[in-house]
This record gives sequence, structure tokens and C-alpha cells, in this order.
Amino acid sequence: MLTEELVDLSRLQFAVTAMYHFLFVPLTLGMAFILVIMESCYVLTGRQVYKDMTQFWGKLFGINFALGVTTGITMEFQFGTNWAYYSHYVGDIFGAPLAIEGLMAFFLESTFIGLFFFGWDRLSKQKHLLVTFLMAFGSNLSALWILIANGWMQDPVGSEFSYVTMRMELTDFWAVVFNPTAQAKFVHTVSAGYVTASVFVLAISSWYILKGRDLEFAKRSFRIAAAFGFASACSVIVLGDESGYTVTESQQTKLAAMEGMWETHAAPAPFTLFALPDDQNQKNRYAVEIPWAMGIIGTRSLDKEIPGIKEIEAENRERIASGAKAVLALETLRNRQAGAAAKEAALPVFEAHKADLGFGLLLKQYVDDLNQATPELIARAAADTIPKVAPMFWAFRLMVALGFAFFALFALALYYSLKDNFTEKTWLLRWAVWFIPMPWIACELGWFVAEYGRQPWTIYGVLPTHLSVSSLTPANIYGSLAGFVGFYTLLLGVEMYLMVKFARKGPSSLGTGRYGDVPFAAQAATVSPGTPAKNHPSDF
Amino acid sequence: MIDYLTLKFIWWLLVGVLLVGFAIMDGHDMGVGTLLPFVGKTDAERRVAINTVGPHWDGNQVWFITGGGAIFAAWPLVYATAFSGFYWAMLAVLWALFFRPVGFDYRSKIANPTWRSTWDWGLFVGGFVPPLIFGVAFGNLLQGVPFHFDDTLRPYYTGSFWALLNPFALLCGVVSSAMITAHGGHYLMLRSEGEIFERTRLGALACGIVALVCFVGAGFWVQALPGHVITGGADAAALPNPLDKTVALVAGGWLHNFKNMPLLWSVPALGIAGLFMGGLMAWVRRPGLAFIASSLAMTGIIGTAGIAMFPFIMPSSSDPASGLTAWDAVSSHFTLGLMFGATVIFMPLIIFYTSWAYKVMAGKVTLDFIRANDKKAY
Repeated sequence: MLTEELVDLSRLQFAVTAMYHFLFVPLTLGMAFILVIMESCYVLTGRQVYKDMTQFWGKLFGINFALGVTTGITMEFQFGTNWAYYSHYVGDIFGAPLAIEGLMAFFLESTFIGLFFFGWDRLSKQKHLLVTFLMAFGSNLSALWILIANGWMQDPVGSEFSYVTMRMELTDFWAVVFNPTAQAKFVHTVSAGYVTASVFVLAISSWYILKGRDLEFAKRSFRIAAAFGFASACSVIVLGDESGYTVTESQQTKLAAMEGMWETHAAPAPFTLFALPDDQNQKNRYAVEIPWAMGIIGTRSLDKEIPGIKEIEAENRERIASGAKAVLALETLRNRQAGAAAKEAALPVFEAHKADLGFGLLLKQYVDDLNQATPELIARAAADTIPKVAPMFWAFRLMVALGFAFFALFALALYYSLKDNFTEKTWLLRWAVWFIPMPWIACELGWFVAEYGRQPWTIYGVLPTHLSVSSLTPANIYGSLAGFVGFYTLLLGVEMYLMVKFARKGPSSLGTGRYGDVPFAAQAATVSPGTPAKNHPSDF
Repeated sequence: MIDYLTLKFIWWLLVGVLLVGFAIMDGHDMGVGTLLPFVGKTDAERRVAINTVGPHWDGNQVWFITGGGAIFAAWPLVYATAFSGFYWAMLAVLWALFFRPVGFDYRSKIANPTWRSTWDWGLFVGGFVPPLIFGVAFGNLLQGVPFHFDDTLRPYYTGSFWALLNPFALLCGVVSSAMITAHGGHYLMLRSEGEIFERTRLGALACGIVALVCFVGAGFWVQALPGHVITGGADAAALPNPLDKTVALVAGGWLHNFKNMPLLWSVPALGIAGLFMGGLMAWVRRPGLAFIASSLAMTGIIGTAGIAMFPFIMPSSSDPASGLTAWDAVSSHFTLGLMFGATVIFMPLIIFYTSWAYKVMAGKVTLDFIRANDKKAY
């Protein structure tokens, strides 16, 4: 019934729709606060240019936001449509943050975004700023609750399995909310959003400066992006490290996979800078290692060991064997035909092995009756608990490298902003322009590391992915997957077209008469000598 | 903490409140979307219609999202079974909704007539299809849906998509679509003037009459449908397990709640009276009162369907004992209590700031406004 094809297709559809959604989310998260900063400048100084900045960047924000909403609706409903058993099994816990997200955050964000766009002439300056702030606050609060839900998938705290209701049930709500994994993910993810938006504003502003147009507008936007981006890039690195620390605590498999740590190394373990991980033979080739670094980053100590893949796999083999007993006892308890005596005998067995229930369920992929689970099958299921190392290893390293590249970009942008000669540094401006896709790549890589690294589980250690799917036929999913990909690609094309069109038009798209139609000579007066001034605004 | 049985009942009411909230709030902008191509003859007229809901559609849509989230949190088995069972119907709703955010935001950013008219039809689809499908879904719930569970509570849906489009379900779809469109019409009248107002008035009247006739017709039809009744098994206050009950099919059974508590007849009566008053108020050009009347009508109509099935939420036609009820499809006591607390805190806040947003944007949207705000308005 639950064929491998069905499971793979369901996973593919979720990955595709989530990754599409995440093309729009980071920009929304960061841009909302950049708009708050710009509008605050307007309220404090009363200068029109800051209002124009808020409105122009707000227009691009809106184009992006529309697709964020579109692709977000899918995420809310896809658990039910494609992951029905997951929804039943963990809805008691997982549903709560999603519903609270709607009540507490999404209503706030969505109600105030309407006033952000349409309330300019109807609200006082201060009230409009409050509206913008509440919109930004709402969108970031949304991220908090979504990542609390996601954090619980990585590290299922505050909950317990009940055989009567055949599901996980919430026992400690605050443990779920203050789950260190969730909190670390939240701050790391929103910081990544801030970096994304900063690179976006920095790049487009740099492009205007390189073209020698709308300079007063572009320079102010550049400075704000540089300052906000620098702070965000610092926090994304520091909080990424925090994220890594919590991974060491609660998700040892993921850590071992992304670091390519096959063996348990005597503490403190080295950090592998470069290697070619070889999944077949469970070892790294051509490894370049930094002694002690991994132990210090991962455990913040010199004496704690970090378990390697082989050790984790051996441990999981035992947990699977124990879990198989829990599954068999549970099946007796759930069996409507089983007698009371059999159930009474099964209960203590179940309680004794309950902690490994999820591991026992891993065997269901290979054999329905766990009495038939051979040691070979158990070994096979244990091997499945380790995600493929090479993609994890490289995705993680590329993301970290990009993180440091953003830090360098913003450090330089801020330095030259403070020296007030960034318009002359054409190499820096060009770097910013060419770097515009990078934050999206980094964000998607980060998502990949977190979610692919969780496999073969939907809920780490609790519910295997292959049991989580809806009982649909693969044909259904081929159809819906094709629909999603086609629809999203079309919409993405439209979005990119509008985004590029309005970014090229620049602030003249506001129709205020203050930009674009300003005589070029009047602008050129403020251009530093080194700035190339070849294009006329009327070209656009 | 409130006892489990009471909380289960409160959550049945709360999901009803969320559905009614969705119908009143998102319903009126969906109704405007449905009417859009017909009441706006020129681009400027269409922009008037779009801008009456422009600042609000996004907030309103959250009623839908939160409704989904609340069903996930409070009735996880319903969320799992209904959404995976009605797979293609759900996807049709989602894909229709895709047209709305982009339709609203992108439509007027480019002055090309083909571009704009394409998005107008997109907004029509986004406004017309979801209420239609929700109505069809309710029509199928009232007839029972073919699904069952295995011992591990994995749901299996055994029907086809096309079987959902049966005559009774389509009739319910028409009720839903017509009442939402009439309601949207009342809102559009409230915020517009001149020719758009007059065209909308006729559209809203027509939809109100259709909704009234079809709702009464469905009411008679429903007496012929077998209703599901719990005959034994687990106590309503027990830990939820939908396999632990026995269910019988009784002719005319969907009326037994009304027969046991005759006071409940006031709910369908509210639906009929609300639709009638909505039409009357639209006729005499009092859109504010018409809007209130259609809001009450939808409360009555959704309430009628809910009460008819109570305590069932999703009856099963192929294995009645698997049918999901407000007693056995629910979350744990703790989660229901927690979510109730969250709703009590945040719902008044939401209503407060939503009302404020409408107050800020109050007044008629005029053709002059569109001309003066060519670059800023939707």
C-alpha cells in the first residue's frame, strides 16, 4: 500500500512546495524590518526621500509578499492532504503552534499589510509607522511559531505516546515553545531573512549608483542596508553556531552526517574543513582537518565526545530491536479481536520498550509482521537512520562559506559607508549586484541541511517518514506535483518579471515626479568624480 | 481546567464560529471576486470593486488559514481524513486561491488590457471556486463519505473524486456559492456608488433568491437522507477513539436533533429569514442592513448543517462506525484547553484590530479615487 514510490513522490512534492515557499519568506521577514527602519527615518526627520524609499521598497516587498502568501497556503493544508497519518499521529502537538500562528501572528501581519499599502493618506505619520511595525512584528512572529512546530519535528520534547488514542499527545506546552532547538532555529532563520533582504536592497541600490541614477535615494538605501545587513550577518553566524550547538545536544545523527564524522573521535574532535565523504565504505578521503575545532564548536568543551556515525548506527540497531517489541505489544493492545488476557500481558512489554517505539516502526518499511524481523533487516533499518553524508557535508559547508561572504560584503559596505566614499568603490558595488542570488541559495541550503538531515524521520526518533504519508496512489501525486510545479513556475516567472521591471524603473515607478524625470545634471552634481555616469534615467 | 466533555463541545462550537467568521469575512471579498467581471464593465469600474476589498482581503483570508490550523489542532483526525480523502477537491480550492494574492497585487501594476482581464478572471476563479467546493463538501458530509480506519487509525478513503459531484452535493454547492456571492454583493454596494452599485444590487438580489430557494429545497431533500446515530460504545467524555462506537443509519435521522430540541428550528429559520431580509434590504438600497442580514443568514445556514449532523462531523458511508464525531475525533484534553485559552485571548484582539482597519478605510471607493491613485491603488 505505502509503496516506496508513493513515499518518495510525497517527499518530493513537499520539498518542492516548501522550497518554493522559502524563496519568498526570507525576503518578507527582513524587508519588513528594513521598511520599519526607513519609515522611522521618515518620521524622525520628516524628509520626503525616506517616505519614497519606504513606498518604493514596499512595492517590491508587496510583489514578493503576494507569492509568499500564495505558496504559504499550500503549506498549511499539505500536511492534511499528503501527510494524513502524520497529521493524525502528531496533530495534538504540531497543530497547536500552527493554529496559534494564525491567531497570534498571521492575522496581525495580514491585516496591517493592507493598511501599510493603503493607509498612507488616512493615518498620521506615527500611526502608519505603528502599522508598518505591527506588520513586521507579525511576520516575524509567524516565523517563530512555524519554527516552534518545525523545531519539535527535529527534537520532539514535551510529549508522550498514548496507545489508547494511537498518537503523540502534548504534555508540556512550554517545553515545546522553549525547545532550545526551536529557539536556535528561529533566531538563525530570521537573521538569514534579514541578511537576504539587506543583500537585496544593497544590490539594487548599488546598481542604481553604478548607473549614476536616483543617487540620493540609492545612497540612503545602501547605507541602511549596509548597517542592517552587517548586524544581521553577525547574528546569522553567531546564532548559526548556537544552532550547531543545539544540534550536538539533540540531533547527533544530523551533526555526524553534516560533519562527515564516521568514527567517534577522542575529545576534542577535529573539524573537517574539506573531504570527499564515501558513504559506501563509511570513511572520508582527502580530509583536511582543523584539530580540536569540532569539539569546541559542538560541545563548548575540551573533554566531551561527539559520537560518530558508526557508533550511532550500532546504538540504533539495538533500539530498533527493542522497538520491534514495543510495536508488537502495541499491535496486541490495538487489536479489536485480541482477548483481555493477551492485552494485559502486552501492556508491561509495551511500557518497557515504549521509548524505542519509533525505531521499531522503521522496520515497517520492510516487513509488516515484526515477528519476522531478521537481524539483517534490523541492520538495514539501522543503516537507514544515517542520512547520506556527502550532500549534507557539502550543503552545510557551502552555506557557511556564503555566511562568511555576506559578513565580508557587509563589513566592507558599512566601512565605506561610514567613510562616505562607497560610491567610488565600483568593485564593491559590482560585488553586491552579482551577489543578489546568494542569500537565496544559502537559505535553501540551510533548509536542506535541517530537513534532509532529519531523514528517515518526519518526527526525529518518533515517526518514520514512510509511515507518515496519506494512503493515496502515486498517480494522484504525479498529477498534483505536476500541477504545483507548473503553477508555481508560471507564477514565479510573473513575479520575477514584475520584480525586475519595477527594480529597473526604480523610484520613478511611484509616479511622484521626483525621480526619473529629474534632469540628469541636477543629480550629477552630487555624484563623486569616480562614479561612472553613462546612463540617463530616461533609458528606463 | 474545564472538563473534557465540555471542551469537546466548546470546540465544536468554536470551529463553527471560525467557519462562520470565514464566511462573513473572507466570504464578502470572495463574493466581490465572483461579481467582479459582471459588475465592472470598464477597467476603472473593476478597479473600484477590487479596491473595496484591496486593503482587507489578506486579513480576511487568514480566517481560512486559521480555520485550517484550528481543525488541525482540535480535530486532527478530521483534518487528516477529510483533506486526504477530498484530495483533488482540496487542491482545486488551493489552486483557485493561488489567483487571489497575485491577482490583487499584480493586476494593476501593468496597464495592458489583456493582462488585467486575465487577472480579473483569476480573481473570479479565486472567489467563485472555494465557496462552491466547500458547499459541495458539506453536501457530501451530509450523505456520508466512504472511508474507514485500520487498527492503527490510518484513514483510507475509498471513493472517487467524481462521486463527490452528485446532485445533492451540487445543490449544497449552489447554496454556498449563492449566499456568499449575495453577501459579497451587499458589501460591494456598501462601498460603491452609481452604476456599479446598481448592477451589484441586481446580482445580489438574484443570488439571494437562488440561495433561498436552494436552501429550502436542500432542507426538504435532507429528510430523505439517512442520518447517522450513535447507538453505543464509548462514552462521549472518554479518551477519543473513533473505532470504539456503534452507529446506526436512521431514515430522516438528520432531523432528530431538531425534533429533540424544537428550539433549534430557530437556526434554519434564521437562515431563511436572513436571506429574505438581505434581499429585501438590497431591494430598498440599504446595503449596511443587507450585509448584517446576510451575515446572520450564513450563520443560520452553516449552523443548520452542523446541528443536523451533530455530534457527527464526518460520517462514514462505507463503515459507519469509523465516522468521526465531536467526541472521538478530537485532540487531548490538554491541547483542547490550551487552544481554547489561546482563542479566548486572541480572538477579541483580532476582531478589535480588524474593525479598526475597516474603520480607517471606511467610505465609498469612487472612480475619482481610482483616477487620482492610478499608481497606488490595486
